Amino acid sequence: MTEAALISDTPRRATAMASAPARIALWLRRRIFASWRDALLSLVVVLILGAIAWTILPWALFKATWSAASRADCAPGGACWGFVAAKASQFIYGFYPPLERWRPDTVFALLIAGLTWLMVPRIPGKGYAGLFMMVVLPVVTFVLLHGGVAGLPVVPSDKWGGLLLTLILAVSGISFSLPFGALFALGRRSRMPLVRWLCIGFIEFCRGVPFITVLFMAIVMLPFFLPSGMKPDPLALAVAGIIFYEAAYMAEVVRGGLQALPKGQYEAAMAIGFGYWRTMLYIILPQAIRKVVPGIVNTTISLLKNTTLVMVVGLFDLLNIVSAGVADPLWVGSQAEGYFVVGLVFWLMSFGLSCYSRAIEGGFARADRA
Amino acid sequence: MLGYLRNKWTLAAGCVLAAVTVASAENGDTQKSIKARGLLNCGVSSGVQTGMSTLDSAAKWNGFEVDFCRAVAAAVLGDAEKIKFVPLEIKTAFATLQSGGIDLLARTATHTFVRDIELNVAWPGAYLYDSQGFLAKKSLGVKSAKELDGASICVSAGSNYELNLADYFRKNGLKFTPVAANSRDQNEKNLETGRCDVYANVLSALAGAVSKLGKPDDWVVLPELISMEPIGPVVRKDDSRFRDIVGWTLNALIAAEELEITQANVEKLKASSTSPEVQRLLGVTGDFGVKLGLGNDWALNAIKAVGNYGEMFERNLGNKSPIKLERGLNNLWNNKGLMSSPLLR
Repeated sequence: MTEAALISDTPRRATAMASAPARIALWLRRRIFASWRDALLSLVVVLILGAIAWTILPWALFKATWSAASRADCAPGGACWGFVAAKASQFIYGFYPPLERWRPDTVFALLIAGLTWLMVPRIPGKGYAGLFMMVVLPVVTFVLLHGGVAGLPVVPSDKWGGLLLTLILAVSGISFSLPFGALFALGRRSRMPLVRWLCIGFIEFCRGVPFITVLFMAIVMLPFFLPSGMKPDPLALAVAGIIFYEAAYMAEVVRGGLQALPKGQYEAAMAIGFGYWRTMLYIILPQAIRKVVPGIVNTTISLLKNTTLVMVVGLFDLLNIVSAGVADPLWVGSQAEGYFVVGLVFWLMSFGLSCYSRAIEGGFARADRA
Repeated sequence: MLGYLRNKWTLAAGCVLAAVTVASAENGDTQKSIKARGLLNCGVSSGVQTGMSTLDSAAKWNGFEVDFCRAVAAAVLGDAEKIKFVPLEIKTAFATLQSGGIDLLARTATHTFVRDIELNVAWPGAYLYDSQGFLAKKSLGVKSAKELDGASICVSAGSNYELNLADYFRKNGLKFTPVAANSRDQNEKNLETGRCDVYANVLSALAGAVSKLGKPDDWVVLPELISMEPIGPVVRKDDSRFRDIVGWTLNALIAAEELEITQANVEKLKASSTSPEVQRLLGVTGDFGVKLGLGNDWALNAIKAVGNYGEMFERNLGNKSPIKLERGLNNLWNNKGLMSSPLLR
């Protein structure tokens, strides 16, 4: 890192003095056409990108139809964005009654506020932000969306769908799988055999079974063992399933961080009289988690994409409500547009997560240098 | 990976079967619990089969399966909107029915021996007689399935249709290369891009494929039909009363077509018809509804909600839909079809 910085220092100073066109020319010469091999490689990359743009852009933009009442109104050969426009509210809210949509809107706003608070380094009170995301937001979200109090009509959870549902699953999964994962990781290294066996058993069970099977068992098998007439709520099952399933993966990631810490850290904590929990909370976990941020983000992104499997329990997340939308007789043949939008939304969310993780890692790196 | 997943499913299905025998008569009175709930839990396909069950732009359910759910809800509860639709993939559908997650499965589920006997579920009737056929590009110049020796054929992976196909080609001493895909979308794409020469599926799916691919004149369905698939609503076997209700709701819709009762004229006929059959069906005379444990207006409500069988078919699959499936075997018995109702007397 430092070596690279030293090498690039000289040209940076040189470019700072040159005019803009000269700077671009210099950058091109140094980074793109430094040798004939580089030039060839660059050319190939440019050709590939060009070919991709050449096929996608005319379809997505130039020949596209932007508003339409049905597929028949759309020009052939181009994208039919009227389909997405007509179905947009369904993609976002699922079956949520139109008159009550201010409730999910409020939830979206709270989520954005909470995320901003948590992620922008300049805003103080990160502890409270965590508390807000872990305790206040889930409770408020549930009460607001479900209703039944303060004159709000009840909207049962099978009416929630689309992006709203995807975000509920993803955010609850992400917020709770890390703390639970850390607990399981500590449990797996515990000196109490029963606790250790329980944690090992749980982690190995979850990692050994496909997520779709866990959901299937939960929704189909559980009712057989419950008293007659008691039907578990599919959404609650899905949320619990995602949290615990991903917690098992998180546990292994965190354990990797724990093993990387030198024994001296534990001994130092003991020497100043810290008990087990204080040692873990203040000394060990902060350092361990810091070492495994890329692994955590990796698990988080796979969690985000696992949320699409909830179709098994009859829930309509973003992907599934789009799949249903493209079968609408009015809009048959709109698969490309529908899945393009789903892909874009998931890519944006995943890319946002990885940008955030790089920012965190950068922050850690600066803190380490200081 | 896929084989692995499929093994998992087999395992899970096995566990379900084991559990089914444990949870025996738990769901004794389906009708009573529907009335107590004020809601019919109806399983439909997962919103991906055009004409069967889809969502419109207002997130409202539409389609043939959906209409049948509405008819049953209207018969039992007197209100066609009191339904919770539970979208299910075929692999979870029967287990969900057994566990009481739904009261009625109105999905494109073919009646087979193994399902009937081993899964302990019942088909009270058939609402669609579908046949497996072949869809080919006209430009291929094929006139008959007998000319398909050596062809590559698109088919849904792990389906009945794959097995039917293999049987048919073995019987005729022909060879073929299967191109198996998981979803209808994928199969249609494969056909369009020429990865296979023909697409084998039931006629309703082939008609759906043609409507999606556009240019209906470029495609031809070959004359050979290699299987007959009776498709119908499914209920739990241990509740014969509810089985009767579902079966007779279907019979009432078919009988209504035969008696020329439609959604539009049902109220008028109730007031004015002098036909004893119409009067019995619509509850003017007799007490058929009460004998089923329902109100005497059960059939009236069902017909008011979705129309007669013919109207339901034409609206969702037939000429009034983009799919334009021919009625064929689904015509009434007096019109060269197989649809008939037991006598209403």
